[in-house]
Amino acid sequence: MSTAVPRIHAPAPEAPIAPAAAPAPAPVPEPAPVPALRARGLRLAYDGHVVVPEADLSIQAGTVTTLIGANGSGKSTLLKAFSRLLAPVAGTVELAGAPLHSQGARQVARQLSILPQKPLTPHATTVRDLVSRGRHPHQSLLRPWTRRDAAAVEEALVATGLRELADRDAASLSGGQLQRAWIALVLAQDAPTILLDEPTTFLDLSHQLEVLRIVRRINRERGATIVMVLHDLTLAARFSDRLVAIKDGCVVADGSPWEVLTPRVLREAFDLEASVVEDPHTGAPMIVPHEPADAADVARPTPPCADEVSLT
Amino acid sequence: MSAAAGLGAAPRTAVIAPAGRLAVLRALRRRYLAGRLLLVTVLALAATAALVVWGVMAGSSDLGVGQTVLALLGAGEPSHEFIVRELRLPRVIGAVVVGLALGMSGALTQTFSRNPLATPDILGVTSGAAAGAVAAIVLGGGAYAVGSGLLGLGMPVVATIGALGTAAVVYGLSWRGGVDSYRLILIGIGATATLGGLTNYLMVRGSLSQAAAATQWLVGSLAGVTWTSVWPVLIVLLVITPLALTQTSALDIGQLGDEMSTGLGVPVQRHRIAVLVCAVVLCAAAVSAAGPVGFVAFVAPQLAQRLGRTPRPPLLASALLGAAMVTAADILGRAVLPWSVPVGIITAIIGAPYLIWLLTRRTAGGRSAA
Repeated sequence: MSTAVPRIHAPAPEAPIAPAAAPAPAPVPEPAPVPALRARGLRLAYDGHVVVPEADLSIQAGTVTTLIGANGSGKSTLLKAFSRLLAPVAGTVELAGAPLHSQGARQVARQLSILPQKPLTPHATTVRDLVSRGRHPHQSLLRPWTRRDAAAVEEALVATGLRELADRDAASLSGGQLQRAWIALVLAQDAPTILLDEPTTFLDLSHQLEVLRIVRRINRERGATIVMVLHDLTLAARFSDRLVAIKDGCVVADGSPWEVLTPRVLREAFDLEASVVEDPHTGAPMIVPHEPADAADVARPTPPCADEVSLT
Repeated sequence: MSAAAGLGAAPRTAVIAPAGRLAVLRALRRRYLAGRLLLVTVLALAATAALVVWGVMAGSSDLGVGQTVLALLGAGEPSHEFIVRELRLPRVIGAVVVGLALGMSGALTQTFSRNPLATPDILGVTSGAAAGAVAAIVLGGGAYAVGSGLLGLGMPVVATIGALGTAAVVYGLSWRGGVDSYRLILIGIGATATLGGLTNYLMVRGSLSQAAAATQWLVGSLAGVTWTSVWPVLIVLLVITPLALTQTSALDIGQLGDEMSTGLGVPVQRHRIAVLVCAVVLCAAAVSAAGPVGFVAFVAPQLAQRLGRTPRPPLLASALLGAAMVTAADILGRAVLPWSVPVGIITAIIGAPYLIWLLTRRTAGGRSAA
């Protein structure tokens, strides 16, 4: 539970720019009796090189939790352990109270779906066929394709706005469309817990927002538990109930976006000097990185084509 | 993108009515695509059947259709019956089963590695089987004799041991927390070279007649095929095919990558081993019967995939096209060309340019399976 998680900062005095009575984003719900996912004493390593020394982390059901941290901080590694893509050296991961690694592959897949960073797009496959693959854990030799499978696929296509593109070849989609198709596949899998590893990487801002809006809707409408890794802190704050900041494989801050995104945590986890301001639209915290005092001129780019566009 | 706007506006209740219509469209499309693959499969089956008939009729002593049919039914003249049932039929059926085994073996390895270059020939499996078989010929003292117990039953076993051993070594060496298809292929090429050396050494060590027999066999030939060498392949096919077909959906999911496969509940490691063992045993059975008939395992699955427009090589269509290829190549080399040419040389002449074409096309397109 979150009490076991080391907290570095006291939230209130540390948030200088944040208005004390900031319109609270979605409050962190009370911990459910059985967490959707739980890591206990988790030790993770690649080829003997320890990336996460010992992690304890619970994910409450029905929330959106985002793991943040610098490159190489171990956040994706942690997500891989939750996804059973990486077997822990020590410790356990529990999925809805039962040990993850001792359950059958198909059984886990009905409860937990994952979207890796770089899935492979198959040849000669329509978007609908791609999304249909999400039904694999619900099928078997004795129980082939049913009406319920078809309904789940259609619903996923609608939820991701892909109904018009359903008969297109998946390989012909743009980056944003393809990412929505992968999310539709994960949706069709119909698992209560969904893990997304950097679902917005390689997308432009509007497509990042599009993907994250879908993710939030999945959470709100289906009550799905979402755990994801994001690099954009402002987007993470806007779309998450809870942020977990990770550095060198250790949790350095854990709480609501306003609790976690403080100058002190940013300095600690990202080695970043920044202010945190309130997003005028959503009230979520927003990161404004500082420039070193003497670098004010460097920060202002010299326009190479000054007279090209009149901005007034 | 209008999608984001459309998303919020689409209420759930509005979905249900069009979903029914879409389901119908979807079913139609599925049927069309499945129909296309079905058509390819049926045509390959028909082609194989026609080639079998041709193969039984073609030969040095000309038999008419009627005489052939009578001989097949056991009602012809004794000499015709002997020619048809003991000389031609085993050879033709041998071509069919060897082609089936090679085609399916190639479809399995190409699919599981997601790389058309990863065929049993290139992964060293064929060479492993060949080295085992040559060892059986040379060390076992068996000449290229027809019907000897060693060649009938011993050779498939030794070839399978050689193929499985090679596959285990190649797979083990290329394993680094996962299998990268290019590493697999490179190590396979290395293994092929090493085993080629071993095979040559065995032939140099053996007597002249043994070496000659091994050479003839290494080219890939159906000349010495009898019922004794057909049965093991047939049995292997009957056992392995259902096993391979149970992996169909996992093979489909595998095209999305290993991580996605795990996420969708495929026991990736177990599935890979199952597919590899099926492919290796099929390949070893084919090689033990007819020698390393090259390029069939490479071309047939690719042809089936292209004709059927499927995301990956389809197992049954690949097997049937393989059968048609080997049967046709054998008839060509035995009865059409003015002099007798072993089947392996014909498949190489057809297959090698295709490999070169595929390689240049991949480089030009800058597309890789990585």
